[in-house]
Amino acid sequence: MGLREKLDELRQQGLKDVDNSEDLDRINDIRVRLLGKKGPIKEALRGMRELSADERPKIGQFANEIRDDLTKAIDKRREELEFAKINAQLEQETIDVTLPGSEVAQGQPHVIQQIIDELVDLFVGMGYEVAVGDEVEEDHYNFEMLNLPKDHPARDMQDTFYVTPEVLMRTQTSPMQARMLEKHDFSKGPLKMISPGKVYRRDTDDATHSHQFHQVEGMVIGKHITMADLKGTLEVVAQELFGDELQVRLRPSYFPFTEPSVEADITCFNCLGKGCAICKHTGWIEVLGAGMTHPNVLKMAGIDPEVYGGFAFGLGPDRFAMLKYGVEDIRDFYQNDVRFLTQFDQKG
Amino acid sequence: MKVSYKWLQEYLDIDINPTDLAEKIARTSVDINDVYSPSDGLKKLVVGHIESVEPHPDSDHLTLCQVDNGEETVQIVCGAPNVVAGKNVIVALPGARIGNNIKIKRSKMRGEISEGMLCALQEIGFSEKIAPKAYDEGIWFLPDDAKPGESVFPYLGMDDTIIDTDITPNRGDMFSMLGNVNDIAAFYGLKSHFKTLNVKENSTTSTADLIKVQIDDTNLAPTYKLRVINNIEIKDSPMWMQIRLWNAGIRPINNVVDVTNYILLKYGQPLHSFDYDKLPEKEIKVRFAKKDEAFTTLDEDERKLNEQDVVVTAGDKPAALAGTMGGLDTAISNETKNVALEAAIFNPTLIRKQARRHDLHSESSTRFERGINPETVETALNEAAELIAELGNGTVATGIVTGSEAAINEPKVEMKLARINHVLGTQMKMEDVTNIFDRLAFDYNVDGDTITVTVPARRWDVSIEADLLEEIARIYGYDNLPSTLPEQTSNIGALSLRQNLIRSSRHVLEGEGLNQAISYSLTTNDKAEQFQIENHGTPMLLDYPMSQDHIATRMSLISGLLNDIAYNIARKQKDVRLYEQGRIFTTDNDGIRPLEQEHIAGAMTGQLLNNNWHQENHSVDFYDLKGIVERYLENMSLSGTVTFVPSNERAELHPGRTANIKLDDQLIGFIGQVHPQIAKEYKIPETYVFELNLEAIIEAPKQGRHYDEISKYPSIKRDIALLLDDNTLNSDITAAINKKGGSYLVDVHLFDVYQGAHLPAHKKSLAYTLTYQDKNGTLTEDQVNESFDKVVSYLTAEFDTEIR
Repeated sequence: MGLREKLDELRQQGLKDVDNSEDLDRINDIRVRLLGKKGPIKEALRGMRELSADERPKIGQFANEIRDDLTKAIDKRREELEFAKINAQLEQETIDVTLPGSEVAQGQPHVIQQIIDELVDLFVGMGYEVAVGDEVEEDHYNFEMLNLPKDHPARDMQDTFYVTPEVLMRTQTSPMQARMLEKHDFSKGPLKMISPGKVYRRDTDDATHSHQFHQVEGMVIGKHITMADLKGTLEVVAQELFGDELQVRLRPSYFPFTEPSVEADITCFNCLGKGCAICKHTGWIEVLGAGMTHPNVLKMAGIDPEVYGGFAFGLGPDRFAMLKYGVEDIRDFYQNDVRFLTQFDQKG
Repeated sequence: MKVSYKWLQEYLDIDINPTDLAEKIARTSVDINDVYSPSDGLKKLVVGHIESVEPHPDSDHLTLCQVDNGEETVQIVCGAPNVVAGKNVIVALPGARIGNNIKIKRSKMRGEISEGMLCALQEIGFSEKIAPKAYDEGIWFLPDDAKPGESVFPYLGMDDTIIDTDITPNRGDMFSMLGNVNDIAAFYGLKSHFKTLNVKENSTTSTADLIKVQIDDTNLAPTYKLRVINNIEIKDSPMWMQIRLWNAGIRPINNVVDVTNYILLKYGQPLHSFDYDKLPEKEIKVRFAKKDEAFTTLDEDERKLNEQDVVVTAGDKPAALAGTMGGLDTAISNETKNVALEAAIFNPTLIRKQARRHDLHSESSTRFERGINPETVETALNEAAELIAELGNGTVATGIVTGSEAAINEPKVEMKLARINHVLGTQMKMEDVTNIFDRLAFDYNVDGDTITVTVPARRWDVSIEADLLEEIARIYGYDNLPSTLPEQTSNIGALSLRQNLIRSSRHVLEGEGLNQAISYSLTTNDKAEQFQIENHGTPMLLDYPMSQDHIATRMSLISGLLNDIAYNIARKQKDVRLYEQGRIFTTDNDGIRPLEQEHIAGAMTGQLLNNNWHQENHSVDFYDLKGIVERYLENMSLSGTVTFVPSNERAELHPGRTANIKLDDQLIGFIGQVHPQIAKEYKIPETYVFELNLEAIIEAPKQGRHYDEISKYPSIKRDIALLLDDNTLNSDITAAINKKGGSYLVDVHLFDVYQGAHLPAHKKSLAYTLTYQDKNGTLTEDQVNESFDKVVSYLTAEFDTEIR
């Protein structure tokens, strides 16, 4: 057998061995055995001395080809085996991805806070300032300055927690109207403010009454503020909170500190006006009270009602939350059952 | 007010679906409670004629009635004691639906067939309070000319539709048919056919000879008028009148009382009828009651009056609680022959308070409270006198006796057209405005672009320009107003720094796993006083609380949070993490009101991670909450240094597990475990709490958002473990390390605390990693060793410690 034949046989046998090897150790063995210093190729090349001068480079080149072929085959096979080994290992590491993830402690804002923040952001976006008042107020600001003198019948509607004859737990956020009117510098433009906060009524707590609840008051006073502005503003509020496909209806109402006074209803979001239990079969849900600021309120704050005028509105986040989420007991807001608090976690 | 649609139709040519009319009233005048027909839910109720009545053979109280129901004569078993042959009655046919949604079937009663049921008014939906008393015990008799087989509804006025209005305090005029007719006429542009009945004084006797009226204080009764009707016969009033009353929710009584109530509905003018002969003296006065003066009202309740009550007296003896309820002694009875009839205006405030004090809110008092039309006092009195005389075959004495008479006030208000459009945002023309006042039947005078309106006395709620603007707006229609937004201001809308910090505080604590609670600010005296950061003393108390649970304003938020935890624990919710942001009220200031401070507080109990397959159970401890507080304060970027200083002086907290939180030298809050004794009182398990004074945090200087360059050079770490007395504070050790650490020391990190079997008693081991780094170059081992050795020798010298 000539050297060339011998080399060719080595190649055939080597490639076969590589193909047949099933683990990395075996592949290493093959490499050492075939390509090592004492391997058959080196061995065969040692016999080149006996070849003629023009045969020698041809065989040399042939031997190099064979070595390259074998090296490539070994590398390829090794990669295949390594990949198979990793795959086998990964299979071992399989976990149940349907098991629940680790608990992450995350707290939620109170649902009433969410409604207040939503309203505050809406009004801040329209250029209103946020004015937060005190919860213990003077009778003077809670009533007198709002056109509710001592014997006014509307005082009966708001049973009041008095501390002294002059000091009380505010029954409404409206005292901030009077305080802001006194404070505002009208030379710098109209007053546009919103005032959220807690209010108190002398009521026995039950499913629909709470001695503590929340209000959001709004007021705009300037030289060119119209009732049409009030209507437009109320529509924005109602639609922001309940959805813009709903209609807004204004009805005459009565508040001592506004004239004209209106109540704003929206189409019942539950039945879309067809009539259901939530809207007491009227198709409408009352959502807020409002009106054009009474000239007496302006006068008492030292503002000329002939020059300045505007509107005020008030709404109840507790009532909104009850309507919107179907909360049936107002006490749920203040007892803070964690199962209640953690439900309102939707941020999207 | 329950407004009858049929009655309205007598005065107005309307043929509108009552539901649509109600919607229009709601949008233009007053709110609507309900729109209903008295016959809603009822069916197959017909007139029946009782042909004969026999006793039931097997019962001592039932009878067998042969009843002509229009189609045939059938047997109906009846239990009413007043059943009698020859009467027309209400028959519920088999298949009928009567009150309370009850279905009537053909049945057998003690062996006898009953083809339906004979009904009392209460059985077909009338409330006990309204059904006439005479028929309390039995079935109702329909008129003798009623035709068997016909529906009973028209005979009882039950085919009417009632629009139940909810009247705002200003619209007292809407408490009458007259007011409703005027307003509906205005918004539909209709002509009112309201009719008034004139009085025929068919007696030669003069009223003045029969009775005198002396009103000393016209503040109590600005208007007071009397008439006398003689020789009347008390009986039932006619059906049409009874129907009007019961459809309005008023029980028919007799022809005199019913007339006064009918006039009350028609004009909104309450009247009172006295039995003339029972008046102890024939001189009527109005005065304040005397202290503890006894007086028995119509409802047979003996009341003790006080000096704010107003009484109408005969001589000096009270005969009525003015405008609220008459007296039993002078009430109309079946024997009454002569009637003194009062039409007055009483002081609205006094009547309101009196009705409230005695819990006597009547149809009369409600109207006096909201105001009376001075124009119709006499009209109403005359019509009532005439009706009583007609229905009782009596005579009306000549003349009215007047004790007082309020002036009729018709204010004139001037307005410019431009002003109207400026306020309403409209573009009305003068003719649009005059058209509205034509509809409202208000007189006016136009001079160029100025209109002067004369407000009629019947609209006493209207007196200034703003009131007229409301009249214009509502008749114009709120639906027709344009929708715009107010002019923009030059200032941008934004939260103040304070508002922003409060909002961020909430967000940080939520991110750290605490749920926001909103608790009651009013609590018990004891709880209000607890957990104050600084002792501000005692809480502010309400003068007249509603319940002992809510009597004082809180001085900390924690007590409310502990109530919340107790509520959760009682409902088997054992793992609770809450925070609250809100006001506390301190009373040690000089003002008439307490000082209100914004605080933020948290409370945690139970397991931090509970029964999780993947994480170990871990009960909440001091350090869990401390981590939350530290992280929160870190977020607030305070320039000063926050320290936690052990405190054993807070009575509500565990003396060994409480720290005051200080910002430099200022106390800003505390953290600790609720004292087991207090926890027991609240009925809560081991609970950890903190409270911070947000005002201090708001006011404190801030670092603001800033950037520290990250060193490009490597850091070198050294560990040190110290064996220390177990009462040594970590804060003292870290302070010492920092003091001697040198300028390359950038971090001191406690990585281990050990106490136990491998250490001597009362000893603990604290182990720290010290990190050294230079911003300007690479540190050498020698530099670090030099710094570290200084720390070691200082610690060895200062503390009784062994370096391990």
